[in-house]
Amino acid sequence: MQQISKDKFKIVGAKASDAEKISKPSLSFWKDVTIRFRKNKLALFGVVLLTLLVFMAIFGPYMTKYNYFENNLMNTNQPPSGEHWFGTDDLGRDMFARTWFGARISLFIGVMAALIDLVIGVLWGGISGYKGGRTDESMMRFADILWGVPYLLLVILLMVVLGQGLGTMILAMTITGWINMARIVRGQVLSLKSQEYVLAARTLGATTQRIMSRHLIPNTLGPILVTMTLTVPSAIFTEAFLSYLGLGLTPPLASWGTMASDALPALRYYPWRLFFPATFICLTIFAFNVIGDGMRDALDPRLRK
Amino acid sequence: MAEKLIEIRNLKQHFNVGRPNLVKAVDGISFDIYRGETLGLVGESGCGKSTTGRSIIRLYDATDGEVLFEGENVHGTKSTKELKKFNRKMQMIFQDPYASLNPRMTVADIIAEGIDIHGLANSKQERMERVYELLETVGLNKEHASRYPHEFSGGQRQRIGIARALAVEPEFIIADEPISALDVSIQAQVVNLMKQLQRDKGLTYLFIAHDLSMVKYISDRIGVMYYGKLVELAPADVLYKNPLHPYTQSLLSAIPLPDPETERTRRRTSYDPDVHEYADGEEVQMREVSKGHFVYCSEKEFQKLQKQYKN
Repeated sequence: MQQISKDKFKIVGAKASDAEKISKPSLSFWKDVTIRFRKNKLALFGVVLLTLLVFMAIFGPYMTKYNYFENNLMNTNQPPSGEHWFGTDDLGRDMFARTWFGARISLFIGVMAALIDLVIGVLWGGISGYKGGRTDESMMRFADILWGVPYLLLVILLMVVLGQGLGTMILAMTITGWINMARIVRGQVLSLKSQEYVLAARTLGATTQRIMSRHLIPNTLGPILVTMTLTVPSAIFTEAFLSYLGLGLTPPLASWGTMASDALPALRYYPWRLFFPATFICLTIFAFNVIGDGMRDALDPRLRK
Repeated sequence: MAEKLIEIRNLKQHFNVGRPNLVKAVDGISFDIYRGETLGLVGESGCGKSTTGRSIIRLYDATDGEVLFEGENVHGTKSTKELKKFNRKMQMIFQDPYASLNPRMTVADIIAEGIDIHGLANSKQERMERVYELLETVGLNKEHASRYPHEFSGGQRQRIGIARALAVEPEFIIADEPISALDVSIQAQVVNLMKQLQRDKGLTYLFIAHDLSMVKYISDRIGVMYYGKLVELAPADVLYKNPLHPYTQSLLSAIPLPDPETERTRRRTSYDPDVHEYADGEEVQMREVSKGHFVYCSEKEFQKLQKQYKN
């Protein structure tokens, strides 16, 4: 057999130090989520739609020379025209200005309701789930009792006691709204708290506060965000529904709900008065729902490829 | 090796106390762990091995009994400061390398968690230097610090878990089945790393496992558990050569050998708790049959075993 001398060999690669190397670029969790969210066309469309709606809510009222509260009794119930783009209502107020002013209030109510739900729900659910035992039991039973109170009755009572207005409206929505969020967070925390990384943090001597803020809440963020995006449309819808029943805002304040409610008696003759607010309610709810769905898909680690 | 690091006295861990579904996961076990040794704890699934480990480190509040670490009781009421002291001395390595690292934290943050909690670094730079040093100790690179757990393989993750435990410079580490979720080629890597760390840092291990051949390889002494009780405790080679308790004999007869010749003739003996025929009120406890070899038995059995041992 022919001898091959050693110097004919040379190392071309595969050094021992490369054994532990990871060639994939480092992706943080949020980069990963963004990439997956971007792949979802419908959710992206929702984002565009929502951006447009928010843009119009901010700048819409300034685009016309009319404002949302000025009456013009000579010019009532006009159909859409070059002068009044969305027509006028029964007091001759410009519908375009009112629609975008109403958008502000509707979106504000939706976002505020979602934020208040977020704070109360995450705290309540998180503490309840993590502490467990008797604390959990009493906290959740309290939520159950609140959930059991007939909603409309509660709202009417609140309106009577506090008077109609934006604040009462938001309070009415969040007084039971946070329960949903609390239940979701509690469920997540219950399943996460026995995970080994939480145990590891405990053996390292981490405080409850640290475990909550560094380990439990970040890992519940997916469901929390999804619930939030789905709370916004439901709050907008509830506002519309309450306004429709006459429990909403006081005139001349406008929201999409009050506008739809005002339009109803004259629906057969002036249908455009219902068409505009109703369409924008639908579009907003649609946008939030597809964003929520897209987020759920993007945040679910089981879908990671 | 004569210095006792940990003494476990009549440790009991019951769940659902006062309800019909009471579980006696650990039911009155006592043993000592000497400084610098590795004590293996084996037994079938659900016999209370992991619960024992978790009770020792106070993840569960023990129902009864005490755990003395350097003579001080770990359980019982403690101030936060005292607890923190124990947290630094005692650490744990977990079974599932996929569940034991928080998916939302970078490797640097995971490893530095103990450093942050106990304030072991004075500056950000010092903290990162410690992290790099620990990564190197467990055979990973600096570049891994900014990555997330899901980018690593099982063996690498387990080593990150080890680095996290080492960050607080513990004296005693409870390894709760650290290798059973890894594949065989990686098992050796992790076990060898643990052995090397023991040599370098003088660590003491409680090694919980059900892989008997691996336990024999790493342990100085081995305890065998059965239904929440410790049934036999002996130096590793003694236990394998001369198992005295029928359960241990049964367990050892179940080890498969990579040799078809012997494997063909291997007879499994099964364990039936009724063979003891303990009379009511008979005192069954751990008795030292020969030096360092404890067996859970009655007085009658003890006499028999000792006679058997002398022959």
